[in-house]
Amino acid sequence: MSRKGGKLLLDSLTRSAKHFTKSEVECLVKLFDTLVAKASSQFAGAGFDRTVFRDTLYHAFGMTDDVVLDRVFSTFDKDNTGCITVVEWVEGLAVLLRGTLEEKMKYCFAVYDLNGDGYISKEEMFQMLKHSLLIQPADEEPDEGVKDLVEIALKKMDYDHDGKLSFTDFEQAVRDENLLLEAFGPCLPDIKSSMSFEQKIFREVPK
Amino acid sequence: MGVALARAAQWTSAGSGTGTLEITPLNKALLNQIIQFVEDFSTKHPQEAAFVFREPLEWKTQLDSSVFGEGYEINEAAVQSQAKGKDGQPLLILSASTLRVRSFDQLSRLLRIAMGKKLKEAQACLEANRDPLVKILGPEYETVEGEDMSILQLFDKVKKESDLETELKIKIILLLHQLDLQLLNSSLKQISQDVRLNPAAVNNEVNFLKNFSGQGEDTVLESLDYTSDYMFSNGCRAPPWRQVRGEICYLVVKPHDTDPLCITCSTAGVFLNGVTIITDNEGEDIDYERKSDLYKDIVTFLREISPRFVENIAKQVCIYWYLVYFFVQMFIGRNCIVNLAERLCSLLKITFYYSFVTIWNWRFCLFLFSKASSSPEDVGESSSETDEDEQPVRRLEGNTDLSPEYWGIQKLAKYVKGGDPTATVIALCSMRDFNLSEETCQLAIKDTGCLEVLINLLDTEEIKCQTGSLKILKEISQNVLIRHAIADFGGLEIMVKILDSPDTNLKCLAAETIANVARFKRARKTVRQHGGIKRLVELLESISVGSSYQAKDSETARCAALALWSCSKSTKNKKAIRKAGGIPLLARWLKCSHTNILIPIVGTLQECASEPSYRLAIRTEGMIENLVKNLSSEHEELQMLCASAIFKCAEDEEIRDLVRKHEGLQPLSVLLDNSENKQLLAAVTGAIWKCAISRENVLKFQEYKTVETLVTLLTNQPEEVLINVIGALGECCQEEENRGTIRRCGGIAPIVELLTATNQALLVNVNKAVGGCAMDPENMLIIDSLDGVRLLWSLLKNPNPDVQASAAWALCPCVENAKNSGEMVRSLVGGLELIVNLLKSKDKEVLTSVCAAIANIAKDQENLAVMTDHGVVPLLSKLTNTNNNKLRRHLAEAIAHCCMWGNNRVAFGETKGVAPLARYLKSKDPLVHRATALALYQLSEDPNNCVIMHENGVVKLLLAMVGSTDDTLQEAAAGCISNIRRLALATEKAKYG
Repeated sequence: MSRKGGKLLLDSLTRSAKHFTKSEVECLVKLFDTLVAKASSQFAGAGFDRTVFRDTLYHAFGMTDDVVLDRVFSTFDKDNTGCITVVEWVEGLAVLLRGTLEEKMKYCFAVYDLNGDGYISKEEMFQMLKHSLLIQPADEEPDEGVKDLVEIALKKMDYDHDGKLSFTDFEQAVRDENLLLEAFGPCLPDIKSSMSFEQKIFREVPK
Repeated sequence: MGVALARAAQWTSAGSGTGTLEITPLNKALLNQIIQFVEDFSTKHPQEAAFVFREPLEWKTQLDSSVFGEGYEINEAAVQSQAKGKDGQPLLILSASTLRVRSFDQLSRLLRIAMGKKLKEAQACLEANRDPLVKILGPEYETVEGEDMSILQLFDKVKKESDLETELKIKIILLLHQLDLQLLNSSLKQISQDVRLNPAAVNNEVNFLKNFSGQGEDTVLESLDYTSDYMFSNGCRAPPWRQVRGEICYLVVKPHDTDPLCITCSTAGVFLNGVTIITDNEGEDIDYERKSDLYKDIVTFLREISPRFVENIAKQVCIYWYLVYFFVQMFIGRNCIVNLAERLCSLLKITFYYSFVTIWNWRFCLFLFSKASSSPEDVGESSSETDEDEQPVRRLEGNTDLSPEYWGIQKLAKYVKGGDPTATVIALCSMRDFNLSEETCQLAIKDTGCLEVLINLLDTEEIKCQTGSLKILKEISQNVLIRHAIADFGGLEIMVKILDSPDTNLKCLAAETIANVARFKRARKTVRQHGGIKRLVELLESISVGSSYQAKDSETARCAALALWSCSKSTKNKKAIRKAGGIPLLARWLKCSHTNILIPIVGTLQECASEPSYRLAIRTEGMIENLVKNLSSEHEELQMLCASAIFKCAEDEEIRDLVRKHEGLQPLSVLLDNSENKQLLAAVTGAIWKCAISRENVLKFQEYKTVETLVTLLTNQPEEVLINVIGALGECCQEEENRGTIRRCGGIAPIVELLTATNQALLVNVNKAVGGCAMDPENMLIIDSLDGVRLLWSLLKNPNPDVQASAAWALCPCVENAKNSGEMVRSLVGGLELIVNLLKSKDKEVLTSVCAAIANIAKDQENLAVMTDHGVVPLLSKLTNTNNNKLRRHLAEAIAHCCMWGNNRVAFGETKGVAPLARYLKSKDPLVHRATALALYQLSEDPNNCVIMHENGVVKLLLAMVGSTDDTLQEAAAGCISNIRRLALATEKAKYG
């Protein structure tokens, strides 16, 4: 990438991902470059793939849930090429680290809407919650507990009573109760790991 | 039977061999049971009854041959039974009044024959055969302390060879054991009715406790010793002259958790006596006075004194009883429990003693068991705080129907318990859809065990779970039971830790929940001990208060202040807040304009204002200005808290002045118009009362017509308002103008009416107000017509010294200003005697006020005569040795006035009242000088008094006072000197002239 091109890119990124300063963007780009270098050069240096992405998020934010991580990848990968470009990377992290509640709601909904049809269906909830019960009640069928849990969640969040969650439902539920932002699995870094991540990456901000 | 006889029965002179059974109710009961048993034996157990004893039971009988009839061969004085044993010997032989019996069959027949002499015979038999078992079954069945193996041996025998005789023996022995147990039980009942202790019982108890005492963690006591090693022949250790009072011995006990105690054991019970234990053992004099309640034995006493004792004895006894129970279950069955208990005790190296000890221990163990299961709550923390503390009371007790909420919550609880953070959060959010302010839901959360999980969640790293849990806890901690449960589960400690969390929202929730939980003493203590106060104060600090503070910051401060408000009800927490640097922060937040923050901030301040250090800070940090400003807030609670803060602060004069300077008196007056909100009214009237202590403030209040408004508040108000209203009026009365105002507004009647109230704080204020009003002669007319003096006088009988003193003070202006006051006072039957007797009070203020009243009453000659008859002179003389200047002044006044009757002057001299009075002249208080000079002048009319005064060097001191600017003092001093001088001259004349 040429020096001039790099500068142009930085400027446009600072504009699009408005939560970061220019120098912070620079740091993120630098990180992106290292990640690309680490990845197999399948995308000719333009980006990195799912595995590297998953690894990075795992190490940076301790996110482990594969189902969720796959979905996070898909939300980052807006053009659906299987490759995270530098723009997608910076804009994605902007939401993750510094997003407003609105941005985060959109992001989370997108993550949870597994098939991208604009609704979180019962099946999708089941898929996301199926490993959430650490202790299975002995006297019930293994899935029964999860199904009940899905019903509980739906009862709580399905404001229009259509048996599935639209974005409006989701938005309203989260506004009423912020804790429901990550209702179906952690997809945002918690406060501690995002703080330490920012500290680590932005520390070497060139003055 | 053996055991019971050996231990339960009361034998005289415990020598071996032929003791005699005392005729006591207990023994009679035992004998009757034994007789019953033997009489029924032959019909109930015919086979066993035929069993021939190894040796005959032999005793001197009072029966003669004539009573024997069918079945006996009678040969003059000798009798033989027709029934014979296998060896051909008859089973009953009577010869020369010695009776030998060899079977139960014969025994029961004999008893039936004996008729009215049954009891005597049975007694004689048992006295002669101290261990019947040996005679009946053989020496191997002797009742042995500690090591009774008879039953086990028999079992072994039965296993090996099952012959008829062994089987019979076993049956007999079991039957006898059964009887034994019965006897023990019934004697147990007898004994427990009889609380009186005896030397043997005390000795046993002491020995028993000694076994469990010594150094170490698990012992019940550190030490336990008699004060005297010498034991009198009757078993007592107390000196004979104390024995007549029933005292047995004295013990020095050192529990683990208190200082050594000295206790007295008497036949009436055990109690703490007044000995102070001196380490060098010298000068240790037993103070026999009873210093505690009476307890029925040492253990009961120690239970009250030492929590550690209870704990440890429960431990020891648990082990012991567990073993007993275990063995009994294993081997034999219930009827041998006594023997086994002994055996096990010897295993545990517990020495058992004859007579009562077994039974006593039974009683003791059962008693401890019943207590051990009761909660350890009653041990309690000791705290100096006096504020009322809430007690958790479950209101829904008995309601066994489970509500639908219960099932709903239980279902969600399952996910909270067994889910990962995601599932937990969903369940927690869903739980919040229940109405958590309802008690059913709150208790359902507790009863499903969910509460514990919620608290455990706080201890995780999952911020979302912590938040969700705290949101619920914050709601349900409105409930007293839940609050206590949260504290019990250690929730407070974790919440205090959360106050350090980086998540602001979480911190706020934790602080708010702490605010809810810390409504009782123990919780507040926990918060302090875990550094909660410091952290909460830091939360107040975390931001810059200014125009540009953020919503989040003020929310944090609000929550922190709420928690501090709750915590500040404990004195130690007030101190902790100050130490953590909370005062400047409170002052800073006091300047903000947000009601929701101001309320907890002012709430904390008014709570803390009971401490002088806070009042100083409130003054120096300029908080009065803001408190005054917020009196005009829109919000009634805030107004109330500000008024309450001023109420408490205005104890200090500087603060009263500051309130005036910041124009706080007007808003206070204005707030009186809001008479619907009683809490507000109480706080406002309180503030007015305290502010009115300063005269300048009273003038301001006059300007605002506050007195008029206050008079309207004299009726139909709750007590806490009345106390303050009356207090305020009492202060206002110090201004002459207001006395008239009160009269004109019709305030006298309702005030006098309140003299019949019962609340002591109220009465003190009412007395003061009546006294204030009585300074105006016109008011006095009304008071007199309402019988106010009689009411005041009757309050002298109130047990509270404050009420007595204030009533006596109020009487002074009444007596002074009433028309015909002498007649009025005389009309109160017994009144003068009552007031004279109050000179025996121990309270300085009562004495002072009564002296002042007596000085006024004594102005009437007749009344003075009556008081003299009631012995006012010696009582006044007795008081003269005091250093209290106020008392000295009024006492001297009273003496001066009391001199005016009969030979009272002489009497004061004779009762040694003059010399101390002379010393009053050295006091620094000019008012004392004046009163003393007047008294001395009066006393100097008597020559003997002059001599005493001269000896005490009054002349020189009086000479200085002649030069005083105070005319009265001048005159009195001069008069006194002239009296002394005249006497001296007369003496000289008599000598030389």
